[in-house]
Amino acid sequence: MIRAIMLSTPLSDQDVEKLRMGDRVLFDGVVYTARDAAHRRLVDLIKEGKELPFDLSGQVIYYVGPSPARPGHVIGSAGPTSSYRMDPSSPYLIAKGLKGMVGKGPRSQGVVDAMMKYKCVYFATVGGAGALLAKAIKKSEVIAYEDLGPEAIRRLEVEDFPAIVAQDVYGGNLYVEGVKRYAR
Amino acid sequence: MREIEANTVIEKVKDLCIDANCEVPECLLSALRVAREREDSPSGKAVLGIILRNAEIAREERVPICQDTGIAVVFVEMGEDVRVKGGNLKKVINEGVRRGYKEGYLRNSMCDPFTRENTGDNTPAVIHFDLVPGDKLKLIVVPKGGGAENMSGVTRLRPSDGVEGFKDFVVTRVRESSGNACPPIIVGVGIGGTFEQTALLAKKALLRPVGKPSTHPELAKIEKELLKDINDLGIGPMGLGGRTTALAVHIETFPCHIASLLVAININCHAHRHKEAIL
Ligand code: SF4
Repeated sequence: MIRAIMLSTPLSDQDVEKLRMGDRVLFDGVVYTARDAAHRRLVDLIKEGKELPFDLSGQVIYYVGPSPARPGHVIGSAGPTSSYRMDPSSPYLIAKGLKGMVGKGPRSQGVVDAMMKYKCVYFATVGGAGALLAKAIKKSEVIAYEDLGPEAIRRLEVEDFPAIVAQDVYGGNLYVEGVKRYAR
Repeated sequence: MREIEANTVIEKVKDLCIDANCEVPECLLSALRVAREREDSPSGKAVLGIILRNAEIAREERVPICQDTGIAVVFVEMGEDVRVKGGNLKKVINEGVRRGYKEGYLRNSMCDPFTRENTGDNTPAVIHFDLVPGDKLKLIVVPKGGGAENMSGVTRLRPSDGVEGFKDFVVTRVRESSGNACPPIIVGVGIGGTFEQTALLAKKALLRPVGKPSTHPELAKIEKELLKDINDLGIGPMGLGGRTTALAVHIETFPCHIASLLVAININCHAHRHKEAIL
């Protein structure tokens, strides 16, 4: 078994430059959640030059809309949603200092260009493993857009949250290379 | 005429919604275990291990397998000699879904197609009724997640495109879905009938026990060939490369118009959830 790289958030340029596609990582620290609707609002604020609900520099965004928490639980099931829906928004956030995105499924060329230019890594985690991933989430707090329900922005504190580097800052793309390796 | 109390149906639908979301069928788990043994890709193996562990945690802690607890699709097989007393069956089923999603802490994912406003209780359910002989009421609840449903499709081929044209459509659709449908997937395929029917056949094909071949030998052969072609794409678990892209291909057919060859593919993710009950 390959050893996982421990990553403490927030991330620096050096942190993300070390990572290569296929690396397994474990996150510790704070990550923020945002999905489609929250992304649209963040991008509108950026376009209008207004302040964002949290400072993006060095941060990691996890694309998740958790299910409601049972009493006594920190959060409900909390696996990733498909990332391609965030593709039109992500370059704006990356230009503002975002260093990591966690989701599932490949990203567009527009996102890749921004990732390479501003140094941001895309991590895949396991879709449909929401019960297991929730166990790595130790604290959860809605910090913006409560009206969006499961799509609100949450500040999560995570410990040993597992992910795989899917697309790195050098253009390495596991969705292409990994697939090529196993195609017959 | 046998009668069933509306409340019995409500409670049953509620339980089915919760159980379906927290427990995947044993046939799926055994297919996943076999796949993990056979998988060559290290990230693929790791992903399959996580999926299996996740299923255990979900079952033990009564937490949904996946946060996308889906649209509640309900298949109803209504015996001709049974009726539901004290409520309209459609309303009764929706009430069961409403309670199941609330009491089971399941996510509400239904919204208006344009305003995107959430309906707030995961209703309306998508209900398919069928009338059958007998005095039993069979209910199958299928929570269907958005990621995999979005990767589905219907097309019309030329009748002369034949088996090759049909296989090509299915494999291309799976290739395009890449990691978005949360592979390893189950592929439901419908062929024939009319436009709406072919899609329904594809969805029904998903309900067959994972990997159980078609009873029609020729179709069973095509299912096997398609499974190989799909796994040869190399997409692998979560699309990160590997030998396990699909666990099964199930095909259902219906006779069609002499001028048509309609084909539908309905993809289900590894969170292959469905639970049934007979009342
Ligand atoms: S495709 Fe299935 S496993 Fe993946 S996030 Fe959607 S419902 Fe969950």
